[in-house]
Amino acid sequence: MKSKGIAIIGGRVIDPSQDIDRLATVLIKGDKIEEITAKPLAKAPDGYDVVDAADQVVTPGFIDVHTHLREPGEEHKETIETGTAAAARGGFTTICAMPNTDPVQDNANVIAAVLKLASDFAAVRVLPIGAVTLGRRGKQLADMAELANAGVIGFSDDGDPVTDPNLMRQALLYASGLGLPIMNHPQEPALTRGAQMNEGPIANRLGLTGWPNEAESSMVARDVELVALTGGRLHECHISARESIHAIRRAKERGLNVTAEVTPHHLTLTDTWVLGEHGEDSGGVGATAYDTSTKVNPPLRTQEDVDAVIAALADGTIDLIATDHAPHAQTDKICTYQEAANGIANLETAFASVLSLHHSDALSLPVLIERMTAAPGRFLSAATGGTELGILKAGSGADVTIFDPDVEWTVDPSEMATLGKHTPLAGTSLKGRVTTTIFGGTVVWDGTAVASIG
Amino acid sequence: MAKRSTAAAMAAAERNPAAPSQTEAGNGVASARPGLWTEGRRHLLDLDDMSRPEIEEILRSADGMKEVLSRNVRKTPALRGKTIITLFFENSTRTRVSFEQAGKVLGADVINVTASSSSVSKGESLLNTIKTLESMQIDVLVMRHPHSGAPYFVANHIDAAVVNAGDGTHAHPTQALLDLFTIESHLGGIAGKKVAIIGDILYSRVARSNLWGLKAMGADVTVYGPPTLMPPELRNNPDIATLAGSMEEAVDQADVVMMLRIQKERQSAGHLPSMREYSSQYGLNAKRLKLAKPGALVMHPGPMNEGIEISSDVAHGAQAVIEDQVANGVAVRMAVLYTHAARASVAR
Repeated sequence: MKSKGIAIIGGRVIDPSQDIDRLATVLIKGDKIEEITAKPLAKAPDGYDVVDAADQVVTPGFIDVHTHLREPGEEHKETIETGTAAAARGGFTTICAMPNTDPVQDNANVIAAVLKLASDFAAVRVLPIGAVTLGRRGKQLADMAELANAGVIGFSDDGDPVTDPNLMRQALLYASGLGLPIMNHPQEPALTRGAQMNEGPIANRLGLTGWPNEAESSMVARDVELVALTGGRLHECHISARESIHAIRRAKERGLNVTAEVTPHHLTLTDTWVLGEHGEDSGGVGATAYDTSTKVNPPLRTQEDVDAVIAALADGTIDLIATDHAPHAQTDKICTYQEAANGIANLETAFASVLSLHHSDALSLPVLIERMTAAPGRFLSAATGGTELGILKAGSGADVTIFDPDVEWTVDPSEMATLGKHTPLAGTSLKGRVTTTIFGGTVVWDGTAVASIG
Repeated sequence: MAKRSTAAAMAAAERNPAAPSQTEAGNGVASARPGLWTEGRRHLLDLDDMSRPEIEEILRSADGMKEVLSRNVRKTPALRGKTIITLFFENSTRTRVSFEQAGKVLGADVINVTASSSSVSKGESLLNTIKTLESMQIDVLVMRHPHSGAPYFVANHIDAAVVNAGDGTHAHPTQALLDLFTIESHLGGIAGKKVAIIGDILYSRVARSNLWGLKAMGADVTVYGPPTLMPPELRNNPDIATLAGSMEEAVDQADVVMMLRIQKERQSAGHLPSMREYSSQYGLNAKRLKLAKPGALVMHPGPMNEGIEISSDVAHGAQAVIEDQVANGVAVRMAVLYTHAARASVAR
């Protein structure tokens, strides 16, 4: 008998976009949500495939607005196929691809190529981000209207900031006509020359050049003023410094169109992890110090900063969680700290690591899920038009993530789908894991295998 | 202070070259540092986790080595059949020659490899370089690298003992040990002595390792330098050092004045207005040295910028022990190579 659809039974359904948090059955028909039942069904309706979600949580598919997929050009680091497989395992049904590929996603042809690769090989939805400037060189604006028509959801030179304040002003103004955000990577380059890790006692102890918080916060403050000047729409990537939060909070109080994101690692790890031993500072500089898997841009900060970004995420000053998944070749990390590439491959650990904020009562489960579903869904709504993302309601796309909040597991990079095997969490234990990911009505991760939708 | 006969230990080692040194016993932090501490401290990467007894062992061993160096025939077979490679990614005649002589006096085969970090610009290549060297059955790898932490990376990938001969702006443990040895041999002890370290503390691997070593030995350390070259945490951290407010205050009643080399590139990077101003504010001259205790030692790790951080008359004056530092470097490095070659063999 042909399947009528999928019935997810027994789970606690949390959809913050509709204030839903109750036991319910989710029925999927084709590529759409058919119904969220008012009362949980004891058994699935006849003809439906059953997904048993007892003791698990059912949410809209996670959305990541900041992913590096490396294709085209650096397929030895990641491909759209491997990156989206990793996304599916991590519970993400929509990911936004940063344009620092080779060639750069700075024209409609490259965007078309990325979308074609995605339709052929991606396990989940890939939404491209266009470059702000040609070649990400920070000199001349890319053809932003053409990029918008080709389907980008915003503009970013991520990896590098838009350093020139005048060019940033023009970019904000120009993009405002398109309704799309400039997603800036806030890093004042003159304050980070040669910088390797967070500035402070640990950097000084390790003899690594420090990277001050103010390299970030000074550019965030500049960007906010340029939004006031232009009426543009600004999104600040990967906020790591507590000083940046003041500027974002004030911007929101002024009614400026400013959003911000924070990564799982800046919510959970500190610069003591550079000392090795998974952040335990046991005195001397141990054999595991200079752990290159901890090298990331912006760098891991102090506990004070971690506490501040958690509080800002809780109160909405920081709108959403984004992974900044940044896969690299192993040779880019098996080297000295100074030589190592910046970035953590984290699509498959992202949710479990931020779930620790729920386990520690820093964030409620609905708020945490809101920051990974409804909030990024709102962020994308100008670009996706009629397609609502991050919501579970009759007629919306059947993008669903199911997780067991309490199962404990050990991070083993060799088991990850991403080609980037570098994570400071290797060998550590996490609590909570995505068990099923459904994208457009198709199960793309069921805990054992990824089904390509190609 | 208990003195142990290094000569006797060496004689025992000559009978049984694989015998571990006695120093690996009784190390209180052994369990805290797996990897570095397996079979005693196999690698010498920094002094930051070294206890006072452990440092004293090396200094006593260096006493014996100094005696060997004073003999007519400066040769002992203690490390006969051992291979030491000095792998330098930065130029340094003084340190490399010091290690080479130390190894040769002990009878080891010493192979010098110089590599520019530009030709080995990627980590995989550094890894391959050391794997290639290791396949030649080396016992000790003496390594200098412009990147902080490079010897830690190497130590995780090699069975030989790694001796850090300077890594970036991080550490230079044998320089600190030879400085401790020099202070002790001139002043009869280190504990309670006022040691002023002056100059570019932020980027100095010599200062960093000396801070750890002097702290372990109970010295009373004062630091002074331009605010742009001072780690902020030293402003209020008497546990590690006292931050002086002026050159005069730093030198006042000091037993030891340790001057650091100022790198010219600090000026172009905006840390300093001019070398002229640096000299006037942070340089050691005869007038300032008079504020120190009579007979206070003047030290410098070399190479010196005479006329900038130190005036020529002071650098070559009666209180300067700068050439002693160089001579003591050989004895201290003999002690280090002797100890670590034995431990590398044990680790296998």
